[in-house]
Amino acid sequence: MSLVIETRELTKTYQMGDIPVHALMEVNLEVQTGEFLAVMGASGSGKSTLLNLLGCLDEATSGEYLLDGKAVSRLNKKEYADIRNQKIGFVFQGFNLLPRTSAFENVELPLIYDRTNRIKNHKKAIREALGLVGLEDRMDHLPQQLSGGEQQRVAIARAIVNKPAIILADEPTGNLDTHTSVDIISVLQELNDQGITIILVTHEHHLAEYAKRIVKLKDGRAVSNEIIKPRKKALGES
Amino acid sequence: MIRRRQIQKILKAAFSSILRNRMRSLLTSIGIIIGVSAVIIMSAIGRGSQALIEKEINDLGTNLLIIFPGASMTGGVHRGAGSFNRFTYNDVEKIKKNATLVTDVTPIVQSGGQIIAGGNNWSSEIIGASPEYFSIRNWDLKYGSYFTERDVKVSRKVALLGTTIADELFPDQDPTGQTIRIRNIPFRVIGVLEEKGQAGMGHDQDDIILAPWTTVLYRLKGGRYIDMINASAISTELLEQAEEEISGIIRESHRLNEGEDDDFTIHNQTEITQMVTRTSKIMTWLLGSIAGVSLLVGGIGIMNIMLVSVTERTREIGIRLSVGARAVDILVQFLTEAIVLSISGGIIGIVFAIIVSLSLNSFSSLYTLVKPEIVFIAFLFSVAVGIFFGFYPAQKAARLNPIESLRYE
Repeated sequence: MSLVIETRELTKTYQMGDIPVHALMEVNLEVQTGEFLAVMGASGSGKSTLLNLLGCLDEATSGEYLLDGKAVSRLNKKEYADIRNQKIGFVFQGFNLLPRTSAFENVELPLIYDRTNRIKNHKKAIREALGLVGLEDRMDHLPQQLSGGEQQRVAIARAIVNKPAIILADEPTGNLDTHTSVDIISVLQELNDQGITIILVTHEHHLAEYAKRIVKLKDGRAVSNEIIKPRKKALGES
Repeated sequence: MIRRRQIQKILKAAFSSILRNRMRSLLTSIGIIIGVSAVIIMSAIGRGSQALIEKEINDLGTNLLIIFPGASMTGGVHRGAGSFNRFTYNDVEKIKKNATLVTDVTPIVQSGGQIIAGGNNWSSEIIGASPEYFSIRNWDLKYGSYFTERDVKVSRKVALLGTTIADELFPDQDPTGQTIRIRNIPFRVIGVLEEKGQAGMGHDQDDIILAPWTTVLYRLKGGRYIDMINASAISTELLEQAEEEISGIIRESHRLNEGEDDDFTIHNQTEITQMVTRTSKIMTWLLGSIAGVSLLVGGIGIMNIMLVSVTERTREIGIRLSVGARAVDILVQFLTEAIVLSISGGIIGIVFAIIVSLSLNSFSSLYTLVKPEIVFIAFLFSVAVGIFFGFYPAQKAARLNPIESLRYE
């Protein structure tokens, strides 16, 4: 197994007026290819900050971030955008689908900005992605015509359409009921079984237990690291 | 190849965004629609009236000089032109004989009255002149023939009808050879004049009867004075000299002493042309600049709504950035939206303006002339407005921070 993510003393400090706020303090994190990592912590513990840094949405104040062995901090804005496009898929709490835009077109979005032309047949790729989340018959539906769980599945399909190495899920079940939450987690587990590395941010312990490993953050520092054995399977339950 | 496919996708994104938000798109382009159509309609009206005036002046005749009697001083008081009738045929003959810069001269005798033909009747202006009148005024015939010097000499009761009268008295037929009665005196119709159309202020130039001046003066009007003299100069360049020459001849004929004021007034055609075209050119420019301002306001309207739209779509921009859009992709998308909106606004405006201009022609007394180059300029201008006023909002959109815009509610 190889390291897909490695951070060395990753630190993020915001300036709130004159007072510096340390959102993330010297976090060292190693993630293997094919891992399913849950990041836990109370609100304000730095979970989202960490996810934004890992997802190249934000730049660290100091420290090193190696993605696939490449130092990200030395890249420019264009390269940041290209990493988001090709290596990372985001799943957000609020789904973040474009309104008045069909499921198909929402999933198409990352392909529009793909400059590598890796994926030749866009339509086929979109259908496959929607098929993986079980929504191939809802392609032409608009977000407002879909349930919360279905909207999040569309978002997951969008995250995987460009065949990324990593999925970063920021409280993906925060707006969903328990039953649907497990549903979504099972989709993530399936994707993980296919070899995609998944990092799931959550504050609910029972959901974190579906991961293979849990990292806990407190006040911007990583405080614990536990391997889950035996791992919970979402598919059998629901 | 890769790049082309991507540009197509971004253009498609811009188009579908426009179509998904029809109301917003319409509001954005309405300023351009109004601006472009205003420019075209205004300039069409301006050019139209200019063309109409130019045609009217040409209809007056070539190198025309109009000599009115009067405008004399009586005890230091200017009497208006025409207040003193002192032209006789003698004046005309002297001009004919002595003027070297004049090609044709005709006396004009004006009268009016009721004209009857069969069961129809009409009231109209009757002009008496000599055959030179037709070349001075550039007036062709539709039917029949002109009257001759001989007709003038014997005061023959013959008449030429303008198309308006011909249509009123003899609907759908050539009246040549028919008899009409003017104030109960029978006249033989020898022809119909070519149509000249409306002149300014709704004056119908074709509501006219022409007859030998002697006939009108001696058989209809009575007296011995003629109303005015029309003459044409050899060339436009010599118009002023011809005017001076005629002035000298009439002064001599009227035995005016040195220092005495003229008892007549001469208008020349270039004077009239210059004055009128200058006025209408100023009008065209004035209308054009007002319309240009409205196009500018339309552009600012686009910028306004694009700015609002950028704020409203902050989250959309955040989503696009999170799936890997570069700043330049966002810039291109918003700029494309602005340009597409202003171009389609421009096209709608052009179509609308052409419809309005054409219906103004058919349903109002305004004459409009849509010049292709104005349409082209207005279109180019609308594209320029789209680029210019779309750039700032697009740049604002492209500079958004992904995290903050994703959090934007």
